[in-house]
Amino acid sequence: MSATTPLGGTLPLIDVHAHFFQPEGGRADWATLNARRLEGGARIGITYHVASVLGSWGATSPTYFQSPNDTVQGNDFMLVVQADHEDCVRAYVAVNPNDGDFALDEIDRCVARGAVGLKLAAARRCDDPLLDPVIERAQLHGLPVLHHIWQHRRRHWPSQDISDGADLATLAGRHPDVSFILAHIGGGGDYQHTFAAVRDVPNIYLDLSGSGIDRGMLDDALRAVGAQRLLWGADITLCTGLAKLWALEVIGLSDGDLADIRWRNAWRIFPSGAFPVLSEAAHA
Amino acid sequence: MPDESRHAPVALDVNTFIGGYPFRHIPHPEPEILVRVLAREGVAQAWVGHLPSAFHRDPSAGNAELIAALAPHAAVLRPAPIVRPDWPGWRDALGALVQAGVPAIRAYPQLWGMAAGDTRLQELGAACARAGVALVLTVRFEDLRQRHPLDVAGDLSAAHVRELVRSGCGARVVVTAAGREFIEEVHWGLTPVERAQVLFDFSWVWGPPSDELATLFRTIGSDRFVYGTMWPLRLTQGARANLALLPEELARQPLAVP
Repeated sequence: MSATTPLGGTLPLIDVHAHFFQPEGGRADWATLNARRLEGGARIGITYHVASVLGSWGATSPTYFQSPNDTVQGNDFMLVVQADHEDCVRAYVAVNPNDGDFALDEIDRCVARGAVGLKLAAARRCDDPLLDPVIERAQLHGLPVLHHIWQHRRRHWPSQDISDGADLATLAGRHPDVSFILAHIGGGGDYQHTFAAVRDVPNIYLDLSGSGIDRGMLDDALRAVGAQRLLWGADITLCTGLAKLWALEVIGLSDGDLADIRWRNAWRIFPSGAFPVLSEAAHA
Repeated sequence: MPDESRHAPVALDVNTFIGGYPFRHIPHPEPEILVRVLAREGVAQAWVGHLPSAFHRDPSAGNAELIAALAPHAAVLRPAPIVRPDWPGWRDALGALVQAGVPAIRAYPQLWGMAAGDTRLQELGAACARAGVALVLTVRFEDLRQRHPLDVAGDLSAAHVRELVRSGCGARVVVTAAGREFIEEVHWGLTPVERAQVLFDFSWVWGPPSDELATLFRTIGSDRFVYGTMWPLRLTQGARANLALLPEELARQPLAVP
């Protein structure tokens, strides 16, 4: 391997769970954080960051309960990042499902500007029928839905109306033709509960992101749902994403399974044309 | 970034264990596997604790098991057994372990109901200093968000470490699994002389985009850090990935040798 070989290897790599920060978000270092994500991504070898901005990140409404104004502001900024880095960034449209028709209109607006997925966080427990119109709108546009998850919700947690794997399984069961990405199995909580809850729900994919790098987590995820339902991601800690990439290389995956986790599963569930750089590889 | 960052030799991993964990299944936590993992990852040697003993009342049986299990791998795996300074006969136990050649002693004050400033921990620190062995403290075994309902002991506090070092016990203290805020609170809460007695692993410090490890290398220095992975609880690739993603100007900063 040469001095310029990406740390994560030369195969295509899609991070299905990325975030960018925005100027009105209350973090003075927002531009540095964004630049470091792109630099770190280049060193790892991330072909595409599929990313969202969650409103104002708490500056003018709570991160997980974003106001309509903040929703628009966050999505607008995310679409600017996508336009500025067309070669490697794709946008989720993030909405608060409590906003009803506004949320539906916002999905339409952002898809028209190039959003490729829907991001839902924790403004409403995801088994609530109130989410159904939002999911139906995602289906209309062919978008996968990345849903923020607490692995095994044993109680209420502050600052979020959190959902877990069992809740997402309920929602996914009502919408069997929509692909759901269960967020960050390493992002906190009991991922073993999640694996049991979604094992038999074929339209739920597990994203491997999050700061947690428990040994055994990847093996258990693989056993629970198989390589065709795992998606690599980093969320806000690129170092743990890289550690998991390296671990995936030594847990006995076939080359095909590894490619599925790195990028091919994402290629399949996101809209056609979402990742043009990978078109040739996908048809190879 | 040269590929050497992935395979550069590492002299010592201070934060490994053998044995099972009471709150979840750990795949293959055996010494033979650890030896293989260290070889694969280019790590020459490891300080190894006995994970089940952390949760036992009397650690002596687990210590004996640890030393016996590591004996066939003595060139690579160095035992870091437990001494409880609230247990009858602990000074004799420490003496025997030092005689056996252990490089470090592990202690878990948060699991033994010892508050910050407990003089028994300070006595253990002083005894370790006299014996020339390091004292390893562990902030956490798992993320607070995923704890088993029975796992209610809480994390080690930064005050535990500050009070221990401020006591003048003179121990070389190695703190594992501390986050950035913990490390800063300890480091900047000590005098320069006291700071020199404390080292941290970075198994729970994040890289880009927040660049906590880079920030700490710039502010308190890479020489306050040692390599630690927390195998078999966590992926051994974590520490190396963190080093590999450091900004170029920090990529080859030397770590401490405990």
